[in-house]
Formats: sequence, C-alpha cells, structure tokens
Amino acid sequence: MTRALILLRRRLVGSIFVLLIVIIGTFLLLEAAPGDAVDAYIVSTGGDAGMIELLRHRWGLDQSELTRLANYLWALLHLDLGHSVTFSRPIREIILERLPTTLILMGSATALSFGLGSALGIYAGAKPGSFRDRFLSIGSLALYAVPGFWLGLVLIVIFAVDLRWLPIGGIESLASDKTGLARAADIATHLVLPVSALGFIYLALYLRMMRAGMAEAWRQDFVLAARSRGLSRRRIVLAHVARNALLPLVTMLGLQSAQMLGGSVVIESVFAVPGLGRLAQEAVAGRDTPLLLGIILTSAVLVIVINLLVDVAYAFLDPRVGASEAGA
Amino acid sequence: MSVLRRFLRTPEAIAGAIILAALFAMALSASLLFPGDPQAIAGPALLPPFQDWSLPLGTDRLGRDVLAELFHGSRTSLAVGLAAATAALVIGAIVGTLAGFAGGLVDEVLMRITDAFQTVPGFLLALAFVSVVGPSLGVVVMAIALGAWTGPARVARAEVLSIRERDYVAGARVIGMHPLEIAFREVLPNALPPVLALSSVIVAAAILTEAALSFLGLGDPNRVTWGGMIAEGRTVLRTAPFLSIIPGVALVLTVLGVYLAGEGVVETTAVRRSLS
Repeated sequence: MTRALILLRRRLVGSIFVLLIVIIGTFLLLEAAPGDAVDAYIVSTGGDAGMIELLRHRWGLDQSELTRLANYLWALLHLDLGHSVTFSRPIREIILERLPTTLILMGSATALSFGLGSALGIYAGAKPGSFRDRFLSIGSLALYAVPGFWLGLVLIVIFAVDLRWLPIGGIESLASDKTGLARAADIATHLVLPVSALGFIYLALYLRMMRAGMAEAWRQDFVLAARSRGLSRRRIVLAHVARNALLPLVTMLGLQSAQMLGGSVVIESVFAVPGLGRLAQEAVAGRDTPLLLGIILTSAVLVIVINLLVDVAYAFLDPRVGASEAGA
Repeated sequence: MSVLRRFLRTPEAIAGAIILAALFAMALSASLLFPGDPQAIAGPALLPPFQDWSLPLGTDRLGRDVLAELFHGSRTSLAVGLAAATAALVIGAIVGTLAGFAGGLVDEVLMRITDAFQTVPGFLLALAFVSVVGPSLGVVVMAIALGAWTGPARVARAEVLSIRERDYVAGARVIGMHPLEIAFREVLPNALPPVLALSSVIVAAAILTEAALSFLGLGDPNRVTWGGMIAEGRTVLRTAPFLSIIPGVALVLTVLGVYLAGEGVVETTAVRRSLS
C-alpha cells in the first residue's frame, strides 16, 4: 500500500509541472487567436464601442502579458474557465454537462477494445505462426488502417439506413419521457454504433501488443519450466504466457486515453453524440477559442488522472514497480 | 539489388510495395490524366459508379468527377502525410538528442514539455492550432507534426543516453569538438535507425489525422482531400453512400500500404542486422 502511495505522490508532483506547461501553452494559443474577450463580448451583446476601453481595463486586458498569465492562472485555480460567447454561459458549466457522455463513450469503447483485443490476442498468441495467428495479425492491421469516422459512416449505412436495427445518431430518443431502466436501455442502443466505431480501431492495437508479448514470452525459461512440470497447455497459455504479456497492455490503457479522447471528437460529430468532442467541434465552428482551450485543459486533466490510476493499478499488479523507492 | 529482393520476400511487403507504387503513380499522373480543375462540374449530379465510362466512378452532389477528385486527393494525402511525418521526426530527433546529450536541467525541462504534449490529445491540439491560425496546407502539416513528435523524441533520447557513453564520443570530446557538434554530428546519426523505424506508423497516423481534419472542414479549402470528399458524401449518405465509401476505401488501402511496407522494411533491416 505504501509503495503505491509513494509512487502516486511522485507522479502527482510531476503531473503538476506538466499541467502548468499545458496551461502556458493554451494561454499562448489564446493570445495568438484574433480578437480578445472584449471583442467577443461586444459582438455577442452588441454593446457600443465606447465601452471597449473601459471593459479592457476592468478585465485586466490592458496589462502586460505576464500579469495576464498570472490572472489566467488565478482564475483557473478557482476552476474559472471563462465565458463562452457561442453559448452565452460559463465554460465550466457547459463542459461539466457534456463530460459524462464522453466518459461513458470512452469507457465502453476502452472496455470493448481492451477486452476483445486481448482475448483475440491470446487466441492468436497461443500458437504463434499458425494460420489463425497470421489471419488475425493481417486482419488487425487492416482494421488499424481504417479511419474511425469512416467506419462510423459505414456502420450507419449498414445498421441504421439499410437494416434499420439501430438509431442513426444522438444519445437518446427525443421526447420519449423514458425513465429508469427503459431510459438506460434507450441510451445503450444509441451508443452501440459509436462505441463500436471508436472501440474497433483500438482493438487492433491491444490484439497486436498481446500477440507480440506472448510470442516473446513463449521463449522464456519459465515457460520451459512450466512445461517440464507437466502443466496442461491451457494452463501454460493462460497462467504463464498470457499473464506475462498482459502487463504492458495495462500501461497502454493509460497512454491510449489521450488518443481515444482525440478520436471521440470525430466519432461524436459523426453520430451527433452531445459530448466533449462534439463540443470541441462546435467551438471550432463558432470560433470560440476560450471554449476550445477549456476543453483541451479538461482533457489534459482527464488524461493525467487516468494515467495516475493506471500507475497505481500497475503497482498493485507488478510487485517490482516502485519497490526500490519504497525501500529508500 | 539483393536488399530489394530481401525486402520483397514476404507477401505482406509485396502487397505494401504495390499499393504504395500505385498511389505514387496516381499522385504523379493526376494532372496528366485529369488536367484542369478537379472541382469543376463534369457531368450530371449524383451519377452512380460504373454507368458512364467517361465518368467511371460517377459524380458527386455537384456533378464533379469522383475519379478525378480521387486522383487529385491522393496528392494531398501523400504530401501532408510525408511532410508532417518528416517534420515530426526532425523535431523529435533534435529534442531527444538535446535532452539525452545535455542531461540535467535541460533534459528535465525538455522531457516535461514532451510529457505535456503527450497529455493533450493530439487531435484536439491540431484542431485548436488550425482553427486559431487558419486552414492552409502548411498549417495542417505543422498541426499534425505538433502532436506526433513526442514518440520520436523519447526513442531518440533513450538511444542517445546509451550512445553518449561510447568511446568515440569520449574521443570527440578529447580532441576538443564543441558539445553541440558532437551531439549532432557524432551522436544523432547513430541514434537515427530506431527513430526512423517509427516513420511508417507516423506517416500512417498523419494521413489519418489529415483526413479527420478535412472531414471536419479544417483542411485546406482550395484542395481536394479524401476526408473532405467523405464529408461531402455524408450529406447524401442515404441516397448515394458510394460517395463516402469510395474515398474511404482509398484511405484504408493507403494507410494499409504504408503499414505493410513499413513492416517489410523493419523485417529486412532486422534480418540484415542478425546476419552481420
């Protein structure tokens, strides 16, 4: 337990520096964007030009860059992400409203890609070089070459337009007044296609990693030892070979979270899922830079938290991790 | 010649080489076979494929020739993919070499910056960059490179860390070479092979990112892109799904070709290394 805590503390300190760099980066992008908050405010409210100087002064926009950066940091410290012009609402409110949908989408897609990917990887890696191994390797490579948004469109054509089995988009049926389980089932049917489109792409990654790890593990001495002890093949594959190949996949889970968040932008746009990704696209369409940067900061925090959780899980799974630090 | 023969030994590598050769042929012959503006109206709107042999793949919503657009689009995909990957590899190799060779505070700062870039979803970063600076081919290339240089940087740094302890580096120090000269003339060239091994994955990812950006309407508006064609076809997805499906198939084949050829190259060099 202390081992995991020490590791967590070390990572936390590093994460704060990383977050600070991300914040400075978003601040620079915000500065580079044409127009400032006052221009946006005047455009959206139609206020008179005489107010411009007054507002700039009151909002601290006539001060030096460093002071503005300090103000920006101070606001972020109070979780104030600013005001969205396109929605005429505080950015934090909009993001918190959209976040759960994206988390459900990402969580389900991760479960699908990790679960099915590692299972197929074990199936392929149980017999390296066999026909099924080659077939799955080539198949997963082909799958990895498919753009997620295009896979989404193809799924829509097949399952929503032709077969009419599943809804074409959105997160739930409009004005259906469903509650409880019926509503959950409704949301689940809406999520089948977007989760498949997002999850199937990354499935290939886990399959290939699992398969490569197993091919490597087969050559290790402990597999020979297990064989010489007369263990069944099934037991060797699952308890010895696959188990050793599984650990790098856990690390990948954290590394992949940033890419998956990026992928959900297009997938949510294709399926009109009202999550963080679609919000990003709406921010781009509305030229709402503060909103877009708020989304980027939120995603960065999300990625950091996911990676911290993965690190802790890893420390529990692998007794070697962090052992030297705990001993020191 | 023997290297080429060794490369073409596996069926995967042969398939990859054929796909890439076809792609380059498409890109190079686009203005020869389809002179003039590919975005000009060429026939009736929404003509299905294989109906009229002067327009083999049919026409889109505005009556533009799909085959001509496909040929011209291959140029954008290839150009952006190769340029963005080159930029990412160059930036990554320089940052990784500096961090690994300098060590200490420089290493710490550069690696935290690398962490920061890996924390922000690359696609969101590209989206923000293009929407702030404005869409053009160069900006799209830079935007994609911004999210792709971190992998090469990490690999280069790890390689440099092991190389900088070698004897010839110590020798270069003794004869009084400038540290930067040692880093970039002695260490970097020797650290390159594992970095270059990443290139096929990076080119493939860059092509996919470019497609996604232009699908969302953030590509260069003056150029035909496959992502843009898919977005165009999406508006008539129910009646003419072929308009979205054809450029998508081209994308899948392209990326697959890059992967397969990349695996072939890695295998060839791995064999050569184990032979020597």
